[in-house]
Amino acid sequence: MRRELPVVSKPAAWPESYGSEAKPRVGFFTDTTLCIGCKACEVACKQWNDVPSEDFRWYGWSHDNTGSLGADTWRHVAFIEQAQPIPVSGDGAAVAPDVLGRWRDPDESGAPATPRVSDGDGDGGTGVRWLMSSDVCKHCTDAACLDVCPTGALFRTELGTVVVQQDVCNGCGYCVAACPFGVIGRREREDVPGHGLAQKCTLCYDRTRDGIEPACAKACPTESIQFGDLEELRERAARRVDELHERGTTDARLYGADPDDGVGGFGAFFLLLDEPEVYGLPPDPVATTRHLPSIWGAAVAAAGALAAMTLVAVSGRRS
Amino acid sequence: MTVEARNGVAVDGSLGVPVEARPDQPPTGRRVDREFRSYYGQPILKVPVWRPSIPLYFFVCGLAGASGALAFAARVLGHRRLARGATFAALAGVAASPPLLIEDLGRPARFYNMLRVFKVTSPMSVGTWVLTAFGAAIGVAGSCELFGVLPRIKLVAQALGGLLGLPLATYTGALIADTAVPTWHEARRELPFVFAGGAAASAGGLAAIVTPAAEAGPARRLAVLGGVLEIAAVQAMERQLGPLLAEPYRRGPVGRLTRFAELAAAGGTTLLALGGRRRAPAVVGGALLLVGALAERFAVFEAGLASARDPKYTVVPQRERVEQRMEAARRP
Repeated sequence: MRRELPVVSKPAAWPESYGSEAKPRVGFFTDTTLCIGCKACEVACKQWNDVPSEDFRWYGWSHDNTGSLGADTWRHVAFIEQAQPIPVSGDGAAVAPDVLGRWRDPDESGAPATPRVSDGDGDGGTGVRWLMSSDVCKHCTDAACLDVCPTGALFRTELGTVVVQQDVCNGCGYCVAACPFGVIGRREREDVPGHGLAQKCTLCYDRTRDGIEPACAKACPTESIQFGDLEELRERAARRVDELHERGTTDARLYGADPDDGVGGFGAFFLLLDEPEVYGLPPDPVATTRHLPSIWGAAVAAAGALAAMTLVAVSGRRS
Repeated sequence: MTVEARNGVAVDGSLGVPVEARPDQPPTGRRVDREFRSYYGQPILKVPVWRPSIPLYFFVCGLAGASGALAFAARVLGHRRLARGATFAALAGVAASPPLLIEDLGRPARFYNMLRVFKVTSPMSVGTWVLTAFGAAIGVAGSCELFGVLPRIKLVAQALGGLLGLPLATYTGALIADTAVPTWHEARRELPFVFAGGAAASAGGLAAIVTPAAEAGPARRLAVLGGVLEIAAVQAMERQLGPLLAEPYRRGPVGRLTRFAELAAAGGTTLLALGGRRRAPAVVGGALLLVGALAERFAVFEAGLASARDPKYTVVPQRERVEQRMEAARRP
């Protein structure tokens, strides 16, 4: 039997390449305002997916044990402590924060005063706001990792998610350099299954293909991690932002919900309370393969320059 | 609870960890200070896992590719000694390439999975096929040359090798440009020219060493043209990157490597241009160009790793893009 070499000019897109077998695109909406930093998602992910343990460490002078996403961390909970001025009420007493750790205007909220009292210069002192966020692979619409993978190990599932085939990957590391979020990593530990291979969140493909929600979403006690149809999640997230804005949390914003962004929208997007870079996320990620025309154009032009130099050199006057 | 400082560093990374407090900063050279926010100064990108065999491969496959092109042109235009030397150089280069690439894989035994598909969106896939085809062509041409047989097949193989050698010498620039690494991606238009220049300089330099001076004129001219292109393309690349993203090329050990590569390329080019007809300057000049092209590949490689390691190079340009878009949206 003759098999033809598959020639790929546009890696499998969802839903086109699946035709009638395509299912609705699924994803995560991670609402960081609900995260309590319990790391149940990290643990559930490691257990379900057999992700190896790591050395016990503290990162970032905070409660962070995993530092960043990588081959052995498919859910990462970030902890950010922010110094914030405490407003004072009319009698000079500082006021308490709301549930999001924000210091509300005492005149509107009527919040009770805390034991902290201003020194009289109208300054309520400095309080701490906690931002906690469970990060995960973004399952990009335009996934650079998938585009650059030379073996076809990375593929797009019928659910629109991005998964590494462990029996195909040969550990070339191209996806690691291509990911604009620093998500995918190569497992360097020798003593564990999957060593030497690219590893990242599969959005629990072995659960979602059977209609079961991923382990992290299942384990999340506050529904900070929400799993579902991407379209529905985007609508839910937009409503949540409106709700938070109405309540005075005006710095709530969505990250990755816009299909017109540099990666065509995330399959796993976030509600944040500060700029993305504060959480270790890139403010304006772009899939590198969006620039393939200029990249290949330059390579072809440079090859032409090499040809011209060779011809000029060889056909030149004998010296 | 005090939040101002712990261990002399602001606890709140988002308020801007003092860059000077970070231990991974190279100690010397000009530095571009920009205000930016980050998660405790940790990198956003993964530092590429590629090892030094990869920049070494970039050098070797550039040398092989340009030697293949030089060999074919020399064959057609009747420079037989030169064609012979360049063919053997291409053969040696292409023989050394697969081990360098396979050694770097996480699972070397699965190297053949590279040949499962041909993906235009993956310069590594395209390059694997180019290298494979070039290797076959140069293998045939080199064998025919070595044993003095089958002149027609040799010419066809030489022609194929000459054509395939051109993309072989430049695709590696596209390969690293097609990543999220800031100093590589933002130099995507210049990198293939840097590598083409280095390839021509090293192929010409090596041919000028192994070919008697009287017959090495074309090799010297290729080396000089390549050296000039390499130096000019590096200049253009740093201009394109701007002060912030060019910083990794100018600081610390990478800065010294960049300067060494420049000096070696300039010295080798000058020696070959002025004194290449005499043996000693030809050998020294050729060797300088080879060393310079090798050092330039390592400088590009290491500068890329440095730019992935520091969130400044990821956050600042992206934040500027966001601000520009917001500015444009505010204007009527």
